[in-house]
Amino acid sequence: MPSVHFTANLQRHVACPPRDVQGTTVRACLDAVFADNPRARGYVLDEHGAVRHHMNVFVDGEQVIDRVGLSDPVRPDSEIYVMQALSGG
Amino acid sequence: MTTLLVSTRKGLFTFEAHAGAWTLTRRAFVGDNVTLALADSRDGTWYAALDHGHFGVKLHRSADRGETWEEVGVPAYPAVEGEDEAAALKLIWSLEPAGADRPGHLWAGTIPGGLFRSRDRGSSWQLVDSLWDHPDRARWMGGGADQPGIHSVLVDPRDSDRVLVGVSCGGVWETTDDGATWTVRAEGMRADFMPPEQAGDPVIQDPHRVVACPADFDRLWTQHHCGIWRSTDAARTWQEVEHAGPSTFGFAVAVHPREPDTAWFVPAHSDQHRIPVDGRVVVTRTRDGGKSFDVLDDGLPRADAYDLVFRHGLAIDDTGDRLAFGSTTGSVWLTEDGGEHWSTLSTHLPPVYAVTFA
Repeated sequence: MPSVHFTANLQRHVACPPRDVQGTTVRACLDAVFADNPRARGYVLDEHGAVRHHMNVFVDGEQVIDRVGLSDPVRPDSEIYVMQALSGG
Repeated sequence: MTTLLVSTRKGLFTFEAHAGAWTLTRRAFVGDNVTLALADSRDGTWYAALDHGHFGVKLHRSADRGETWEEVGVPAYPAVEGEDEAAALKLIWSLEPAGADRPGHLWAGTIPGGLFRSRDRGSSWQLVDSLWDHPDRARWMGGGADQPGIHSVLVDPRDSDRVLVGVSCGGVWETTDDGATWTVRAEGMRADFMPPEQAGDPVIQDPHRVVACPADFDRLWTQHHCGIWRSTDAARTWQEVEHAGPSTFGFAVAVHPREPDTAWFVPAHSDQHRIPVDGRVVVTRTRDGGKSFDVLDDGLPRADAYDLVFRHGLAIDDTGDRLAFGSTTGSVWLTEDGGEHWSTLSTHLPPVYAVTFA
């Protein structure tokens, strides 16, 4: 099963432990996590479901291409990392 | 009121007066960007708007005067069919109770320009489509931010269906039918940042903050990007106040709760130099509708001060004697006598975005 991991910086606001989920796209995998943790959704995605401007999602070390639709494919053994882009001070 | 909420870049700080001495008694959201707070006098609820940057804008609510907080809903912009770049919430720039006869109802003005209402103490929010879909909104512009925003929401205490909103840059808008229809109300304002023939266009004005006297709501003040204006006819027309101490440039304005001719400003040098004139922090006060101004500086720094006070950085309480203001360099000053004397609450808080009495 694909696994989803969240940046440690997010844990201060919402607990997001790593999860193994079902899904063949980034959207399906994140939706599976947020179904059980709805508060986390708004910290990662905007109101339209797109990745927040200063957030990054990686699948097996590659940044996702479709930040709006989250249609990038996910393999059964993929690792998804939800990270924050570096910005600000 | 003897509690002051100070919203800063790195937390929400509560000052309380005991036996005449103001001390910092509570810290919340330490390390996080608190952009605005509201103490709702109707039910005692406190609200704090946060901007986490990476993680977005959040709203928290407290039923016990800041001892505990719960995260509630935030305004959400509608999706636009076929568009990837639909408007999305950037900032809660104003938060106001929606009238004494509507307990728990709130207004929120936001960047990028949406006005939202909540009927459940902030748990859920609905966009006011009539203003968002108004054809003139397309001409609003960013001012102080990349996108336009609603920073002032004024609910007429005589009639909660009448609401005014101030927009940077989009002028002042009025509804008299609870948001069903809207009319721009910025006649007389002047935008020096536009080509000459468009300077008087009401729809592109940049009123930095708009306030009305609670006891005489037809009398209003605005600290505008290009100076100070007042209205004595319910915002139908505005007249410029051309002189006010060292400068008419600034962001904040406060009006006395019962005396509509009495208002306070915290001037900066100019649009080009957003620092105090000659390094001296002063408050300017008029008591005669802008004909003359007192320059108040007793207790304020008189040299090498570079404090700037943003739109919501100046507050007055319901006594009309007590005011406070906070600056971008983390100073907070308070007066108990209408500005004659100021005491320093702090000189080293994080940058202050907003102050409000509770």
